[in-house]
Amino acid sequence: MRGRRSVGLVAVVVLLAVVCILSLTVGSKPIPLHVVLDELWHRGDQSDDGIVIWSLRMPRTALGIAVGISLGLAGALMQSLTRNPLADPGLLGVNAGAAAAVVAAIGILGLTSPSAYIWFALLGAAIASVTVYLLGSRGNSAATPVRLALAGAAISAVLGAFVSAIVLTDQQAFDSFRFWSVGALAGQPASVLWGTGPFMAVGAVLALALARPLNALALGDDAGRALGARLGRTRAVSVISVTLLCGAATAAAGPIGFVGLTVPHIARAITGPDQRWIFPYSALLAPILLLGSDVLGRVVARPGELEVGIVTAFVGAPVFIGLVRRRRLVQI
Amino acid sequence: MTSMAAARSARPKRIFTLGSFHIRVEPRALTVALVLLVLTVVVLVISLTTGDYPISPIDVVRTLLGDGTAIQHFIVETLRLPRAILAMVVGAALGIGGAIFQSVSRNPLGSPDIIGFDAGAATGAVVVLLVLHGSQAATSLGALIGGVGTALAVYLLAMKRGVQGYRLILVGIGIAAMLTSVNSYLLTRAKVTEAQQAAVWLTGSLNGRGWEQVRPVCVALVVLVPLACMLGRSLRMLELGDDTAGMLGVPAEGIRLASIVVGVGLAATATAAAGPIGFVALAAPQITRRLTRAPGPNVLVSAICGALLLSASDLVAQRVLPSTQLPVGIVTGVIGGIYLAWLLSREWRKRLG
Repeated sequence: MRGRRSVGLVAVVVLLAVVCILSLTVGSKPIPLHVVLDELWHRGDQSDDGIVIWSLRMPRTALGIAVGISLGLAGALMQSLTRNPLADPGLLGVNAGAAAAVVAAIGILGLTSPSAYIWFALLGAAIASVTVYLLGSRGNSAATPVRLALAGAAISAVLGAFVSAIVLTDQQAFDSFRFWSVGALAGQPASVLWGTGPFMAVGAVLALALARPLNALALGDDAGRALGARLGRTRAVSVISVTLLCGAATAAAGPIGFVGLTVPHIARAITGPDQRWIFPYSALLAPILLLGSDVLGRVVARPGELEVGIVTAFVGAPVFIGLVRRRRLVQI
Repeated sequence: MTSMAAARSARPKRIFTLGSFHIRVEPRALTVALVLLVLTVVVLVISLTTGDYPISPIDVVRTLLGDGTAIQHFIVETLRLPRAILAMVVGAALGIGGAIFQSVSRNPLGSPDIIGFDAGAATGAVVVLLVLHGSQAATSLGALIGGVGTALAVYLLAMKRGVQGYRLILVGIGIAAMLTSVNSYLLTRAKVTEAQQAAVWLTGSLNGRGWEQVRPVCVALVVLVPLACMLGRSLRMLELGDDTAGMLGVPAEGIRLASIVVGVGLAATATAAAGPIGFVALAAPQITRRLTRAPGPNVLVSAICGALLLSASDLVAQRVLPSTQLPVGIVTGVIGGIYLAWLLSREWRKRLG
């Protein structure tokens, strides 16, 4: 089993590399593979291809990888934290908080440039998830899965209502918001990645460190405690990690819900219930899905593009459903 | 939840016998139901009497008995009464639907959406509004076809030597995600004014609804509520897991299918009448659980709770911000969300103290 899982992990890395190359070559201006490789080796020449690769496709691909990893990890973390298969990273209110802050920025402050949304999205995500965590905790003990899920749903509903109220009464805000809310990797300058990347990196390190204690907690709170897991600390750090990962990803690319929800299920179907394998698999499978969908979105609607948030569900869902039907499922 | 069930089985219960029928009544649930019912009636009275043209309660009664002025007749019987009743029946339908789905999925986040119903209904409506440019009636029909069709598709896709609850949830997630993408695509490609109208429909609204929307929901409630009550007991067993339920003599598979049919039926009629009003289906059963302190779906109390939640929300939507014509779906999110959060925080303080 262990050997098979290691080989699988290598195969997934190779697949990710292939998708990255595709993401650099495919687009409204196709660039042959040897030109791409040539450009990657010696940067600097100011040919058209060089500019397209370095100033457009590189940042987009890098952003896709970073957002993908973040969403995959955040999803896996969230599902094992709440022990709920319906939990997506947005459940902590992260997406709703980000959306509410972005809508406030558009509708009340009149901001229009997507790069200015980032900080609002991050701030909104952080405030929302802290509120949810406090509500989900039970007095002086740690947050419990069911209460966390309910608190997240309650706060998301209130914030969602705020978003609707602004968006339905202000047509201009609605117009900007409907495009942000789909989720897209296109047109984001490299500065977006520099701004959000550090948050994602810290979140990812925390997430990987949590795999072992979460394994213990998967047996139930009491058994977990008996095995030496620290309930309160594990849950609190998980929430911080999810907020960093999902908040930064949402700030960078808009709310892309499907990836974080389904990729961990796919990873679990491949690896079994061990979080130490689920986390790396989720972190690698998610960018494959995201970037692959992004590439597909550039091809199917030429000369225009389909936003990645729209394509992921169509690429991922059939695979996901096929998997769910075929395998004996590992329940959370 | 199951350990709570065991711990509380010792609470007092009363059995009422009526011929060969035995009705088990839990005193606390009964009290909660009565209080919620009284509050609902209070909301009904307020929404009939207040507004731009205040009418005293006595005049309202006189009007209903056929003894008012023409303008009072118009205001009470054409404008206020159908809307207030619609809020109550739609809220009740959503409350029961939520209670059923939360038990079927054994998940507090369960709603008709786990079987793709909401996403499918939204797609049906958005296609009618943005692609076919249909009327309001056509939109309702589109939502109905989309929702029921999707639910059927999810159930069939999840079928493989029987439908396991867990697989049903996952297939539902996948299908719902695809349909949500279709909705986003249509909403971003449409003209902004049309897209905004579609967004209003997707929030759920009672604006401009009348008796023709009330009747089908009432018929659905009359047919489906008794079925839901009959299923309630078996559903409580089902929450213990398929195997345990089977040992207790409850056919898990059949009960699940019957519950899904009843739940989707209720959600479908409610959605056709008022659009996919958010959060009532999720909040009503959860609030009920916390108020009655009982495990398992309490179908009738959830229904009353849903009715109260939606009528109160619609009253706020109409009276507090009369100029904006806010869709009621926004207010249910705020009121339901804050109330649920308050309930959670109250438990929080209790444990702390």
